[in-house]
Amino acid sequence: MSAAQRLRTMGQLRLWEVAVWILLLALPLLLPTHALLISEITIIALFAMSLDLILGYAGIVSLGHAAFFGMGAYNAALFAKHLNPDPLTGLVVAMAFSGVLGAVCSLGVLRGSDLTRIMVTLGVALLLQELANKLDGLTGGADGLQGVVMGPVFGHFEFDLFGQTAAWYALGITLLVFVMLRRLVHSPLGYSLQAIRDNRLRALAIGIPVHARLVVIYTLSAALAGLAGGLQAQTTGFASLDVFGFDRSADVLLMLVIGGTGWLWGGLIGAVVFKTLHSVISAWTPQYWTFWLGLFLVLLMMVGRERLLRPWGWGRKS
Amino acid sequence: MLTLLFDGVAYGMLLFILAIGLAVTLGLMNFINLAHGAFAMAGGYTTVLLMQHAGLPFLVCVPLAFVVTALLGGVMEFTLYRRMYDKPHLDQVLFSIGLTFMAVALVDFFVGSTQQLIQLPEFLKGRTELWDGALGMGHYRLAIILVCLVLALVLQRLLVRTRFGAQLRASVDNQRVASGMGIHVHKIFLSTFAVGSGLAGLGGALGAEVLGLDPTFPLKYMIYFLIVVAVGGTSTLSGPLLAALLLGIADVAGKYYVPKLGAFIVYSLMILILMWRPQGLFSRDGQ
Amino acid sequence: MSDTVLSCEDLVKRFGGITATDHVSLRIPRGARHALIGPNGAGKTTLINLLTGVLAPTQGRIQLLGEDISHLPPHQRVHRGLVRTFQINQLFEGLTPLQTLAMTVSQHLGQGGQWWQALGKSDAVIQRCEQLLAQFHLTEVMNQANHELAYGKRRLLEMAIALACEPRVLLLDEPVAGVPAGEREELLQTVAALPADVSVVLIEHDMDLVFKFAHSMTVLVQGAVLTEGTPEDIAADPRVREVYLGHGDSHG
Repeated sequence: MSAAQRLRTMGQLRLWEVAVWILLLALPLLLPTHALLISEITIIALFAMSLDLILGYAGIVSLGHAAFFGMGAYNAALFAKHLNPDPLTGLVVAMAFSGVLGAVCSLGVLRGSDLTRIMVTLGVALLLQELANKLDGLTGGADGLQGVVMGPVFGHFEFDLFGQTAAWYALGITLLVFVMLRRLVHSPLGYSLQAIRDNRLRALAIGIPVHARLVVIYTLSAALAGLAGGLQAQTTGFASLDVFGFDRSADVLLMLVIGGTGWLWGGLIGAVVFKTLHSVISAWTPQYWTFWLGLFLVLLMMVGRERLLRPWGWGRKS
Repeated sequence: MLTLLFDGVAYGMLLFILAIGLAVTLGLMNFINLAHGAFAMAGGYTTVLLMQHAGLPFLVCVPLAFVVTALLGGVMEFTLYRRMYDKPHLDQVLFSIGLTFMAVALVDFFVGSTQQLIQLPEFLKGRTELWDGALGMGHYRLAIILVCLVLALVLQRLLVRTRFGAQLRASVDNQRVASGMGIHVHKIFLSTFAVGSGLAGLGGALGAEVLGLDPTFPLKYMIYFLIVVAVGGTSTLSGPLLAALLLGIADVAGKYYVPKLGAFIVYSLMILILMWRPQGLFSRDGQ
Repeated sequence: MSDTVLSCEDLVKRFGGITATDHVSLRIPRGARHALIGPNGAGKTTLINLLTGVLAPTQGRIQLLGEDISHLPPHQRVHRGLVRTFQINQLFEGLTPLQTLAMTVSQHLGQGGQWWQALGKSDAVIQRCEQLLAQFHLTEVMNQANHELAYGKRRLLEMAIALACEPRVLLLDEPVAGVPAGEREELLQTVAALPADVSVVLIEHDMDLVFKFAHSMTVLVQGAVLTEGTPEDIAADPRVREVYLGHGDSHG
């Protein structure tokens, strides 16, 4: 294949990808009793995809991505409860707030070592959790924000008790995001992110405005995480403090690592595998899930995550 | 107010001893060990279990906690950690989180999830009031300050005056050159990791009365250790010490004066400091 | 009189107590084939880092194509035409040569910030990529991940990336370092075939290459300029021979 041919077909959706998406969209029809689970996994996958953008493509290690997820969740919930129950408007609001937060936080992850980035991202998530806890008049504190009732999607599709509307809603939004991100990662911008990840010094030396790109991508990633959080609040009807929790940040990181960073499908695959593992192991030893999770992590990291699903996985040291 | 300062200093000194192992590990092996808190927990539980089941006095258990945890650290370095040195930071983070999860679950399984209470020896209980009560010094906290101060000085001498210290510093500065000079880098790593973990265990034993001890200890306090290291830097001994004192005082004062905001102040301070000076407040290398 | 494309005046860089660059002044004319030589530790790479903006000068000015760039960030200097290669290959290990070059070319055709169009959609990008791949003999390996390439190919890619940036002034930091003797010719020919209006500054230890390639030279010793002139002048200068005495004729 010549260079021209290779370049022209780069990034095109492959047949299997289209097939998988058709299957996914059909799931709420095929497995109507599992609609709630389908929503849940889809939302987590979207959250993981947003993390992939900064972790897999830009190389930023974050232990606090839940900060943006939680921001989106609470904003969407509060918006629906006090201002306007329209779901899509709520999502826009959620994305806006998380995006702004992301832009601000991006200043903290531009410079410094991996440790600094971990600390700043972790710190922001903990901070927001504390804040949500203390502002209990607004957020319901430790009890969470309850009773979020959503209006119909497009003014027409009511959220039903079985969760089918919710599942299609979540799947539809996630598909849109997937298509958009797909184009992004194969664009010049997308490749420049990988360059920044692999060798920041060289990226600067070929004229890539590293800081500007990182701010843009971090903001986008935060907005998408906020989108996932908003979806969560809207489809479940409430928001609680654990949306900011370290567990959530660590779980999504783990899912992405299982599914493979740097190829967008990692989030979805990781979410499915993780959820499956979780239900299997929890059924077997309900209290000691953390032990088996820990063991799995240790073994996986020692074996080397590159060997699992992707031929290469580059999360380089700074 | 003076009492607050005193309590803050005690808390800070404790944090220093707990976190110094983490700082050295990061500076030496470039390894982010989020399981460091688990070693502290191990020290705490060793003390508690020895006191409860072997009837050993507190003052004997504390140094034993150091020894046991140091041995544990050494074994783990040799068998597990060693393989992870060249891996990307993300892998190291997830690896150590995994270890922490395992440790937490194991302790929960074998000992249970209730708070462990330590019976301090009589002479450590009690309080001395100075200047009409303006300064109230709990005896135990006073002891903590003294012990940690002594340890800090010992570490300082070790690093500056001994050959081991010189080799350690050389290895931190440049591993390849150090090993080219015949310094057994692997041995340095092993002993440093062991001592660092031992100190964490010692801190856990000393701190059990002040900080509490239950299986969630590593997860609760890990952020504090990380703050000490991130803000204090890994290239000096005094950096983490100052950072720990700052953190201790800020936390105690914050919880007293503005309880509604609690840990919010500490987190915000940390984020602002790291955004202003990503290499830490006291680090030598400026990038 | 040829115009100066790159110059620095009284450039100083101090690290704590060490003066790595000591009042260095350089003038690079258009179309130059200029070599920068000196013993190890003379501060050649530091000077390159100062010129490209990786390090900030303690003192002094830098001018590129008539404009003062002393405080311009590195990526903007690249956009004005100042490009460098690295002595130790700095590649993007996770990408392929094709992807690397396509991205770099896009960046310099002004499409770097585009996120909607795929990398390979632009004909201009495709054409330039094919050109560069052929010129640097990378066509056969264009789809291999960079971290899998043989050393010689990596070195070629290192150079190709720099050329993809459409440089006006090219700073080459020991381009044949570590390249086995058999593959040097390939690389040397590419350096020699660079367009005449691209000004080249070459740091090298290999005196054969230097004398074959350079029209003019600067000798740097302990961060300061010892002397400048044509290769013949330098070869005859007793001070230069003294500096290199005992180092022999170094072949990289």
